[in-house]
Amino acid sequence: MDQFAVKVLVRLRSSVLDPAGEATKSASIKLGAEGIKSLRIGKMIEVKIEGNGENEVREKIDLLCDRLFANTVIEDYEYSLEKL
Amino acid sequence: MENFTVGVVVFPGSNCDRDVSWALEGCLDIRTKYLWHESSDLSDVDAIVLPGGFSYGDYLRCGAIARFSPLINALDEFVKSGKRVLGICNGFQILTESGFLPGALVANKNLNFICDDVELDIVSSKGGWFNNGVEKQTIKLPIAHGEGRYYCDSDTLKKLVDNELIALRYKNNPNGSSFDIAGITNEKGNVLGLMPHPERACDETIGGTDGLFTLKSLILK
Repeated sequence: MDQFAVKVLVRLRSSVLDPAGEATKSASIKLGAEGIKSLRIGKMIEVKIEGNGENEVREKIDLLCDRLFANTVIEDYEYSLEKL
Repeated sequence: MENFTVGVVVFPGSNCDRDVSWALEGCLDIRTKYLWHESSDLSDVDAIVLPGGFSYGDYLRCGAIARFSPLINALDEFVKSGKRVLGICNGFQILTESGFLPGALVANKNLNFICDDVELDIVSSKGGWFNNGVEKQTIKLPIAHGEGRYYCDSDTLKKLVDNELIALRYKNNPNGSSFDIAGITNEKGNVLGLMPHPERACDETIGGTDGLFTLKSLILK
């Protein structure tokens, strides 16, 4: 069995308003940061997972992302995978 | 209706389960039974309420973890059989996460947790959830949510409008919901999800009775 470290990024779709991102953008400007055009907040999920090769692990992660980690009505996801 | 029993689902973090049960039993004389989320035996209940609260601490997304409970897995057959399911607040979030209703509930536009009474227009009579006998088309119900902004894409919205699946709309949209949507039904009409809390409006002494009709309609065939 191979072990992989997977980092999943889950983001609100661009069509969905991100009020937390807007609030953080506003605070960033109050802090004095200049030039911020947009700020959106997502989630990162780190998973360590075993499987027989990368393809099998990708299948498992695809299922997890599609059914649990992200709600594809409002969110997109992507992930990177590193063999340990 | 003396044997009619409404199952009130209890998840870790549910906090309106007792209110729902109290309103059904105390105000409407409808028998209730608490259903622990690990149970998948729905054979002795005739309708189900998914109450408000914070199931599983709202971890990951509101309703996302609850979706995988044995009870929600058993709900598919229950819904297909035509029995009624009412999802209130967190219950509505669970119904969208688990695909019984389209769309999603996301953080309120202004990030406030809103606790208020709101005026609502009854848009569709599908399922008879708001038949109040006096043809009242505007009702007042309490809301209490931080993530109650209904969102769906434009194709889904068109389908909701065309098929008369929008049950309730806010008169003064408090949270940024698409098309002012506060509640929707499935196509058959036996599943209703709404953000307002009908169980908190069942007695004049606590501010109104506009929620009675919705809870009462759980016993409709």
